[in-house]
Amino acid sequence: MANKDKKDLNYDQHISTSNSLGDEQRVRVLSPSMLVIKRFFRNRLAVIGLVTIAAMFVFSFLGPLFSPYGEIQQFMKVEREIQTYAGATYNTNYYYLTAPGHDFTSIDKAAFVLAANNREDSFSSSGSTYHVNTLSPDDTYLLGEENVIADFISLGDNITITPKAGAALPSGFNEAAAEAVASGSESFTIDGVEFHVFSSKRSSYFYTLSDTVLLTKDLFNPYDPDSEITFELQKNSELAMASGEKNFEADGIKYTLETGDNKITILKDGEPYADISNLIVTSTAAGRFISIPFRNAVEKAIAENTGSFTMPDESGEETEYTVIRRDLEYAIQTITDVDLLDTYAAPSAKHWVGTDGSGMDMLTRLMYGGRISLSIGFVVIFIEMFIGVIMGGISGYFGGVADTIIMRIVDTLNCIPTLPLYIILGTIMATLHIDPTLRIYLLMVVLGITGWTGIARVVRGQILSLREQEFMLAEEALGMSTRRRIFHHLIPNVIPQLIVYATMGLGSIILTEATLSFLNLGVKYPYASWGNIVNAVNDSYVLTNYTFVWIPAGLLILITVLGFNFIGDGLRDAFDPKMKR
Amino acid sequence: MWKFLIRRLLLSILILFLVSAVIYTVMRCLPVSFIEAKAREMSALPGAKSYSECLAQLNEVYQMDGNPVIGFFKWLSRAMRGDFGDSWMYNKPVTAKFKEVIWDSFFLSLISLVLELVIAIPLGIRAATRQYTRTDYAITVVALIGISLPSFFFATLLKLLFSVKLGVLPLNGKVGRYYNQLSAFGKFLDVVQHFILPITTLTIVSIGFLMRYTRTNMLEVLNSDYIRTARAKGLSESKVINLHAFRNTLIPVITMVGGTLPGLFSGAMITEQLFAIPGIGYTSYNAMISGDIPFSMFYLMFMAILTLVGTLIADILYAVVDPRVRVN
Repeated sequence: MANKDKKDLNYDQHISTSNSLGDEQRVRVLSPSMLVIKRFFRNRLAVIGLVTIAAMFVFSFLGPLFSPYGEIQQFMKVEREIQTYAGATYNTNYYYLTAPGHDFTSIDKAAFVLAANNREDSFSSSGSTYHVNTLSPDDTYLLGEENVIADFISLGDNITITPKAGAALPSGFNEAAAEAVASGSESFTIDGVEFHVFSSKRSSYFYTLSDTVLLTKDLFNPYDPDSEITFELQKNSELAMASGEKNFEADGIKYTLETGDNKITILKDGEPYADISNLIVTSTAAGRFISIPFRNAVEKAIAENTGSFTMPDESGEETEYTVIRRDLEYAIQTITDVDLLDTYAAPSAKHWVGTDGSGMDMLTRLMYGGRISLSIGFVVIFIEMFIGVIMGGISGYFGGVADTIIMRIVDTLNCIPTLPLYIILGTIMATLHIDPTLRIYLLMVVLGITGWTGIARVVRGQILSLREQEFMLAEEALGMSTRRRIFHHLIPNVIPQLIVYATMGLGSIILTEATLSFLNLGVKYPYASWGNIVNAVNDSYVLTNYTFVWIPAGLLILITVLGFNFIGDGLRDAFDPKMKR
Repeated sequence: MWKFLIRRLLLSILILFLVSAVIYTVMRCLPVSFIEAKAREMSALPGAKSYSECLAQLNEVYQMDGNPVIGFFKWLSRAMRGDFGDSWMYNKPVTAKFKEVIWDSFFLSLISLVLELVIAIPLGIRAATRQYTRTDYAITVVALIGISLPSFFFATLLKLLFSVKLGVLPLNGKVGRYYNQLSAFGKFLDVVQHFILPITTLTIVSIGFLMRYTRTNMLEVLNSDYIRTARAKGLSESKVINLHAFRNTLIPVITMVGGTLPGLFSGAMITEQLFAIPGIGYTSYNAMISGDIPFSMFYLMFMAILTLVGTLIADILYAVVDPRVRVN
């Protein structure tokens, strides 16, 4: 084997020392195809084109295998950003807290407001009568709902009591009631239950009061987000505050009140249980609990007008919060980490060409874009060749009617403006919401079907001129079959022109595809194509500031098309040395 | 000669007939849902016709509901009289809108064609006379870059460089913001300023093909026998090239350029759209994108006619310029 190689080398350099007339004396003659290849490689531009296209193939088809990212993989970034963490404001509205099982509708609220404005002690609404217990004027009210338990008629000292249906009167009620009516007092107590007397000319009755609604501007904020603030706790603490008592009981548990600056703390077993204040601090994010120490810090910062404070955040890290006043509200701002799509990131070690507007890696997109552009080019040129060679072959070989018909079809198709046709088709596909994958195939088919006329003309012209040559006459004389004549003698002679035409055609198909994709009518998002990457320039901010997004894609189109044109040019010169004189 | 002309003319009429049949078929093949959706969308525009009026007129012009063959002939007779219906988007007869916008496109294309000829032909000839020198390679590379350059990319680069970075030329549009306050000459200058970048784009993108074409033909002429004869009888090289070779090179070049003349009216769709020059390309691009079916169909037909006329002119010119053709 090695020996043979050596011999070949000798042939090449014509340094045979033998005097015999054997094979080794023969001057090596290159086959026609070798000649073409040799001429091709002598052309510097053609070689540059070949290398470019080869590089482009490696980049587009092998590149994605080495790229750590996917075509449509989106990247996130963490950005430090001033965010409003919470808002604070002093409460100026009443909270209507109702006891469990009771309703206090907006009609009732309106009735109360009317009564409060008229300084009335009681009001009726929705069939219930409420008695207003002012715990602290313009701040806290307790509304007691009247439950009539018995009517009575008093004639002198004689009193007749008629209990209401379903009301159970405690023992000794009648006596105590009679005594109260007789002494003219408004209420009496039996076993710790207070009964009230109402007497007028029209009707007289006994009733009890159940505290059903607490109106307050105070807010009860538990230290532990899970601990419950019951109505009774709120009511009893307000009652205790109003009477100036320190201790109270609610739901069978003892609590103590402790007065601090700006607020009152409810202690349970000596531990702080909840705070009462009228500062509302609300979180800007759903599901974030505003802790009491945080609230206290806010309250302190507002009261002392310090403007900022530091607090450990959820992870225990000291974070600075700034309090900014906006009219009656306060905004608590902090610098936090936000997860964002990493859009238009400048080229870096992680993303060599940066990222695009959807936070996808540009280099990877360029590779996949190249895949699509090159695949479309090759598929379309294949369809064009398939139709073009058959049509041109029939037309050129058979002539006559077939030729006339086919050439009229070619003329007609040539007149149909392709770009407007694609644009109309693209608009239709967009309106009908055609799937992006299907669009790519449709694009290939449409480009192929409208583009074969050039190849048909080349093939026809070549076959027409070949038909006049002697070897065709010889074949006819030899009685060769039509099939053999076409496929073994005519087609091989057409192939050089075909290859040149196809190579140049590839460039122009890629250009057309890029233009269509640029107009957003070809390959569509999420698929990448060099054309639709450049489409980002429709946003003038991208055009001006993020040149790394669109210039590489544009250059790749230019280089690829140029490469195909260089190769085509070189091939034409190589196949047709007459032009090279 | 006359026989040739008449044959070509008749053939063109036949092709025109076939082309219009194809375009009519395209129209008839449009999905009904698409037509209706677009008509509804367009009728929502301010001042537009009502939805049913739009569809009724489309139906009347294109005979959408009848027999396709009869419909085709009815449409053809209307189209020959210039009745293409009213544009949905521009709310006026299609032909009226066309007359409004065509001249911008024409001047844009005309100026760039003139520039193209002035630059490409001398360079092509120079490349041919100095074949295989550095000049030749440089010109070849420039020509191929011109051919390979995507116009949208080149236009964007120009915009970035001249409008954004240097700020010397307007970004887009045909006239500036203060156009109406300018004097007549100022108005002219304003439009010229706005046309510089589009014309540059068009010229650079189309220059390559003509350069290559000139070079190839010049090479062919330089290799012919009569050039050898001219040199043999002792003519100076400049005479050989300027008188003998150049004039013969012009035959195919004039034929080709003649063929592109009707194309001056076709508008540069991509370039006009990128620079927002309100010519026929921009107008019809927007019409097609937004589904203005009457205008789109008219534009398809118009482009087909232009291509056909171009081929016809090229054929006739070929016969006129080169007496050898007339014999066959």
